[in-house]
Amino acid sequence: MAKNISVTIKFWKQNGPKDKGHFDTHELKNIPDDTSFLEALDIMNEELIGEGREPFVFDHDCREGICGMCSLYINGTPHGKTERGATTCQLYMRKFKDGETITVEPWRSAGFPVIKDCMVDRNAFDKIMQAGGYTTVRTGQAQDANAILIPKEDADEAMDCASCIGCGACVAACKNGSAMLFVSSKVSQLALLPQGKVEAAKRAKAMVAKMDELGFGNCTNTRACEAVCPKCETISNIARLNREFICAKLAD
Amino acid sequence: MLPYTIQNYLADQAIWPRLSTDLPEFEATEQAVEKEIDRLMNIKGKRSVDSIHKELGHIMWEHVGMGRTKEGLEEGLKLLKALRQEFDTNLFIPGSKEGLNVELDKAIHLRDFILMGELVAYDALHREESCGGHFREEHQTEEGEAKRDDENFFYVGCWDYQGSDDKAPELVKEPLNYEIIKVQQRNYKN
Repeated sequence: MAKNISVTIKFWKQNGPKDKGHFDTHELKNIPDDTSFLEALDIMNEELIGEGREPFVFDHDCREGICGMCSLYINGTPHGKTERGATTCQLYMRKFKDGETITVEPWRSAGFPVIKDCMVDRNAFDKIMQAGGYTTVRTGQAQDANAILIPKEDADEAMDCASCIGCGACVAACKNGSAMLFVSSKVSQLALLPQGKVEAAKRAKAMVAKMDELGFGNCTNTRACEAVCPKCETISNIARLNREFICAKLAD
Repeated sequence: MLPYTIQNYLADQAIWPRLSTDLPEFEATEQAVEKEIDRLMNIKGKRSVDSIHKELGHIMWEHVGMGRTKEGLEEGLKLLKALRQEFDTNLFIPGSKEGLNVELDKAIHLRDFILMGELVAYDALHREESCGGHFREEHQTEEGEAKRDDENFFYVGCWDYQGSDDKAPELVKEPLNYEIIKVQQRNYKN
């Protein structure tokens, strides 16, 4: 049975990357607990605009857990303490208690400068992808689907790695601000398939170099990333990335 | 069908030069956008972008759905024009136009959505037949299937904007000429 709850939202306001930033609060009264967390923020913004105030800015898009846009640090956890494998948009108000204060912060990392409030610039991930997260394909007709045989287990594992939506929760959770879980998932999805073998050595080196250049830290196997990943990527991917990287370095 | 090597060679030749922002077209567009942004920021009314957006959704759902009627569409058009008026006179965008302003961003899109909604309703009202996803309830067979009027509507239509949102658009027709296929009623029964 749905009931209504009242909560206090304590949200981060920051006008650009150089601004110091501060917390603002707003009381949300009588919200049906079947409301999604992002819908509750929409309601809050309507109320803020009604008072002539500026709305709270946050990223969102598909609202069904597949696009990787939503990126809120809720009560100290990226994407909030939802069920395992869920994004912010899949979090519902019924997960909170009546009268609770909910703290909402942005992904905090040197690699993700704040654009405004909780909207952060995640272009760094695109730049890492551009550095090597692709395979070169020649223009022309696609080749016959069965020309390259791939064992089912490999295809499944590659698919699991490819399910990373690049949201950046791993970076936000990491004490080192490392993007290793993201990079390793993207390297793994190609390393596991024959199509990715051709450029494998170049890829691991280029993507790790780009990650370092853009200000992300390194991995110390804390596994915080794994615990918050909405797509349940595992740090075995990081082990695979390290193997790919060492093999590439040895080949130099 | 070209051999493999030629396609790949041609793909490398397709290079588009980077256009300069010094072109007069760029300057004119930039000025027009700037003017529209200033207009929106200076309305300073009472309604939020989302509240008008939701109202637009309700009008479209109620009056310009897949099953539509002459009366419904006329009513819908009236409501859409009133909503456009409401947008232009009673919209409120907090913050400033400098830097990121998500409300301003949404408002620019919403103005287009309202106009697009009007266009859909206008076209649906004009098209006195049923065809595919456009089901005018007045035009159906005894079994409730879409009933086309090939005598009057056998063309692809396009509406030409007349320079102002308040001027009626002009219909441009491209006739359909089938040389091989025989045009007939779609039938899923046999």
